[in-house]
Amino acid sequence: MTALDTKPAVVPDFGDESEGRKICFICSKGNLDMAYPGLIMANGALGEGVEVHLFFTFWGMDMINKGTWDDLQFSMLGNTAMHMKGSTKHLPQGLGGLPGMTAFATGMLKKQIADLGVPEVPEFIQMLYDMGAHFWACKLSVDMMGLEKEDMFDGVEGIINVSEFIELSEDSQVVFI
Amino acid sequence: MSLATIAGQDVHVDDEGFMTEYDEWTEELGKQLATNIGIDMTDRHWDAIHFLRDDYKTENETATLRRVSSVGGIPTKELFQLFPKKPAKKMAYIAGLPKPVGCV
Repeated sequence: MTALDTKPAVVPDFGDESEGRKICFICSKGNLDMAYPGLIMANGALGEGVEVHLFFTFWGMDMINKGTWDDLQFSMLGNTAMHMKGSTKHLPQGLGGLPGMTAFATGMLKKQIADLGVPEVPEFIQMLYDMGAHFWACKLSVDMMGLEKEDMFDGVEGIINVSEFIELSEDSQVVFI
Repeated sequence: MSLATIAGQDVHVDDEGFMTEYDEWTEELGKQLATNIGIDMTDRHWDAIHFLRDDYKTENETATLRRVSSVGGIPTKELFQLFPKKPAKKMAYIAGLPKPVGCV
């Protein structure tokens, strides 16, 4: 201990003075495994004091549609990276076409996510809202799917078109998922 | 790691100023650390800090925001009010713990 020099304590820089970093996440997928990357990154950004906007479009609408958000699915089909936890052996694609396989794979994935203490999609979205995230629905997708604002998560601030999103994301970093 | 003086005591800190020895922390130090970053501690702040300290003892890692709300019972929204902008890191700093490593 005597070998160490005593200095006045350094105070970490929590960036309280810096303003203006903003990230917009475009969520365009409705598969369970593709819903999580945007939610997890948004969560990380909010925890860093960044202004966060999530814009949902096409199948990503299923993430905020109260009729579908708790039932997103994960399919092995088309996912050539599919292998079991702890194994590097890829599973044959044909397996994914067997009846019940999507439900099985979805259940497995949900369990692995829950084991890490990560919430399911509806709860995750509410958590991001509580952290201050802004939620936007894509007008074209809403019209295409015949949705109303009442069908969506209550925290959705508005149904906006692409030009409004482009305005919103001015001076922002944009991540497309 | 080096020694630094906080609230009149010599304690071990890392390059950013986070305390590195769990047992060196006291409430008095926590209060000073909070003052350093402009936070005036209330009972509610202490609830969060004590949860973090107790949880670290059993889990050996700093609780994430999600864990403070789901296990510690302090709503996420409130954590952002108590420790504005970067609650997880600010709480860890005041509690004399490492920054959380978990993503959620």
